Amino acid sequence: MTSYILKRLGAMLVTLWLIVTLTFFLMHSVPGSPFNEERTTNEAIQKNLEAYFHLDEPLYVQYGIYMKSLVTFDFGPSIKRSSDSVNAMLERGFPISFELGFITLVTAIVSGLFLGIIAALRHNGFVDYLAMTIAVLGISIPNFVLATLLIQQLAVTYEIFPAATWQSPMHMVLPTLALATGPMAIIARLTRASMLEVLTQDYIRTAKAKGLSPVKIVFKHALRNAMLPVVTVLGTLAASILTGTFVIEKIFAIPGMGRYFVESISNRDYPVIMGTTVFYSAILIIMLFLVDIAYGLLDPRIKLHKKEGR
Amino acid sequence: MEKILQVKDLQVAFKTFGGEVQAVRGVTFDLLKGETLAIVGESGCGKSVTSQAIMGLIPSPPGKIAGGEIIFKNRDLTSLPEKEWRNVRGADISMIFQDPMTALNPTLTVGEQIIEGIIQHEKIARTQAKAKAIDMLNLVGIPVPESRMKQYPHQFSGGMRQRIMIAMALICQPEILIADEPTTALDVTIQAQILELFRDIQNRTGVSIVLITHDLGVVAQVADRIAVMYAGKIVETGTRREIFYNPQHPYTRGLLQSVPRLDREDAELIPIAGSPPDLFAPPTGCPFTARCESAMEVCSRVYPIETKLSEQHQVHCWLQDQRARKLAVPVITIS
Amino acid sequence: MELRKKQNSLITPDIPDEWFTPRAKDIEQAEKVTRPSLSYWKDAWYRLLKNKLAILGLFFLLFVVFMAIFGPLISQHGLDQKLQDQNLPPSTTYWFGTDGLGRDVFTRTWYGARVSLFVGVAAALIDFIVGVTYGGFSGYKGGKIDNFMMRIIEVLYGLPHLLVVILLMVVMGPGLATIIVALSVTGWIGMARIVRGQVLQIKNYEFVLASKTFGTKTGRIIRKNLLPNTMGPIIVQMTLTVPAAIFAEAFLSFLGLGIQPPFTSWGMMADEGLSSILTGYWWRLFFPAFFISVTMFAFNVLGDGLQDALDPKMRR
Repeated sequence: MTSYILKRLGAMLVTLWLIVTLTFFLMHSVPGSPFNEERTTNEAIQKNLEAYFHLDEPLYVQYGIYMKSLVTFDFGPSIKRSSDSVNAMLERGFPISFELGFITLVTAIVSGLFLGIIAALRHNGFVDYLAMTIAVLGISIPNFVLATLLIQQLAVTYEIFPAATWQSPMHMVLPTLALATGPMAIIARLTRASMLEVLTQDYIRTAKAKGLSPVKIVFKHALRNAMLPVVTVLGTLAASILTGTFVIEKIFAIPGMGRYFVESISNRDYPVIMGTTVFYSAILIIMLFLVDIAYGLLDPRIKLHKKEGR
Repeated sequence: MEKILQVKDLQVAFKTFGGEVQAVRGVTFDLLKGETLAIVGESGCGKSVTSQAIMGLIPSPPGKIAGGEIIFKNRDLTSLPEKEWRNVRGADISMIFQDPMTALNPTLTVGEQIIEGIIQHEKIARTQAKAKAIDMLNLVGIPVPESRMKQYPHQFSGGMRQRIMIAMALICQPEILIADEPTTALDVTIQAQILELFRDIQNRTGVSIVLITHDLGVVAQVADRIAVMYAGKIVETGTRREIFYNPQHPYTRGLLQSVPRLDREDAELIPIAGSPPDLFAPPTGCPFTARCESAMEVCSRVYPIETKLSEQHQVHCWLQDQRARKLAVPVITIS
Repeated sequence: MELRKKQNSLITPDIPDEWFTPRAKDIEQAEKVTRPSLSYWKDAWYRLLKNKLAILGLFFLLFVVFMAIFGPLISQHGLDQKLQDQNLPPSTTYWFGTDGLGRDVFTRTWYGARVSLFVGVAAALIDFIVGVTYGGFSGYKGGKIDNFMMRIIEVLYGLPHLLVVILLMVVMGPGLATIIVALSVTGWIGMARIVRGQVLQIKNYEFVLASKTFGTKTGRIIRKNLLPNTMGPIIVQMTLTVPAAIFAEAFLSFLGLGIQPPFTSWGMMADEGLSSILTGYWWRLFFPAFFISVTMFAFNVLGDGLQDALDPKMRR
């Protein structure tokens, strides 16, 4: 297990390094360098940039300095807001985005598993078709379309929920719903498929032959095994939820990190784009790593398999 | 001797894409207390389906028990509500499956999988159940069971896993053990050990065993009585001696001739030509007609009635009719 | 026929004596298979036809493709702005209404369809070419080469796909070509993994080993054995890549990183129409959103249908 973790850890660090490097050189390859004087309007900002990037030094020195500051979690200044830094933006915006993302992920997992399980247990029945229709619709409707639809119906026409901002639990319902539907649909479809596969396995027949109740068979024997493929996509789903927050925060005017990011894109605020990308990538890569470890813990065969593999 | 299980005219059908498959078409047999009954036949003859029907494990849909009775302790299991049948399953009648590699849940410890059966059926404390499981693992020949209990199936060899399956099946001291091809997936040397274990356990516990197999070698070693199945019907039953030394059905003879024998140099290996009929549209007469060396007109038209040759020996074949005896029938002798 | 059971008596009088005559052995009868046998592709096709939802999806997609080609020709309006005709609701003159600049939404919807479909299909094609080459080579070679190539994939797979795309779009500037390039930079990885897995599995099948022992050339083995057997999962993956790319394009347009006017896409139209929920000009959002959603739906159900139809395990 230890060697497995170490191997995954190694891959994670390489990926992380790759994204940081990619970000740095891509940003510096923008025609007419984004950090030139002409781009900035403010002397204070130019000073901040100088201090952070050492723009007079050669590129590789700048790269080294950048890497060093990242290790100390210093993401640099903003071009457009003289007094602001990426760190300050993250401190303000990220907790809100994290809240939105976390609630969404939990909602998606719980409702997705529920839909998937009942669909599998009622295979080819009415419930199955209903659940899968919901799931295919959930995958097909882009979250920004769903978001506007929800605002139009539940906020503007019927005024059940507030249409924008992030204050009370009531404010959270629509954005969460808009963001969670896609991932929920994916989890539901995956759970159903994997449940159906697991339910035909020999060990389920063995469990039946012991006289176990259907509830026990489903939750103790089937679900544990059926969860394995679901766990593997959690990392990817977290990524899609995270990028989804960009759109959702824009539509619902939620003052999260995603909105800063979208703003920085339209302003071409390059240090903010860089900082946010690196920060988000780190979170996602760590998520993927944790998912791998969780998978190893859930499936006892992994340890041996990896040992044999070496 | 006491009849512990009676199967009467059992019929099982599966609905599929292309129509209804009649997998079991009126199977009748008794199981006596403490005996080993082998059900023999080639793949697809309905022997596994029969065993699953007794356990109530026919996947439904697409399968269903279309008729007949399974009588155990004066109750017809087929008419029991699912909940009551579940109380019988694993407690009074338990089952071992063909492939021990896939029959155990890979994500649960072996100990947990043994214990959960007894906890389901008996009011018993967990620690007691554990002790029982350890005893049982000892009985089936797993060394250091205390530490093995905490391990996962992939940490065991195939033979060991089958021993665990047996321990799992016996934990509630059932009266009937159904073993569906229990040795097919194992090496020959391991096969012998497992068969030895079966005999040992039967001597100690008096459990009745239904052994489903296509391997006549296995049958010769452990069976008291044999039922030969073909195309969803039992065509001949008898004691081991009667079936091996006085087979009456041409199919039984064919089976015996197609087994390689080391003890006789002159014995020629004769395969049965052709393959069993498609059970989408089973023939009206004897299903073996098309492959039978001695087939008569009647065979393709009417299914043969039962002929009782001795207290134990019964056969369904028109060759038993006196009118057929007059014909020159190719005589196959098996000494 | 009801038979009277007479144990021990070996005569059944109700059966005529003449039936007890020898009958020729009829192996052919025994070997008769009652089900018709179909080739793999034919069988898959029949199974797909049975899936009504998938066929419905197929027809809808054909309709969208047809309209993307001929829609702008049918329309009585061009892409020009008519400032006197701003925000008109759907009518006999403007079938889908007009937008804030007085442009015909019907015409723009089908111009947008061209872009959205083109992005989807182009991304899927590039993914296909790169993914199949990379995955096929890696899986077929095996050993150290495979190990090394998979390490690369492992690292790339960890990259957050859409973030990389956003980054590339920021650097390369918005536009149709850059969207496709940006989507393809990471898009092929999924395909490569699938193809490699399939190849690895299939190359160890007995029938491939058999052709190897006959001395069949590598190219022929790939063409005759590997490709037909990997085609199923590849086709399914492609049908699912197209909607993913269409969605990604809409997402980028929504962030202002999409293609630039006067070109348009469904994503961009939806972005422009977003404010209409408050102003009541619903048609500006409805039509692009409707066509994105239904097209994605159609691709998804078609992909599902193909997956079921092409899965050899589903044959009975």
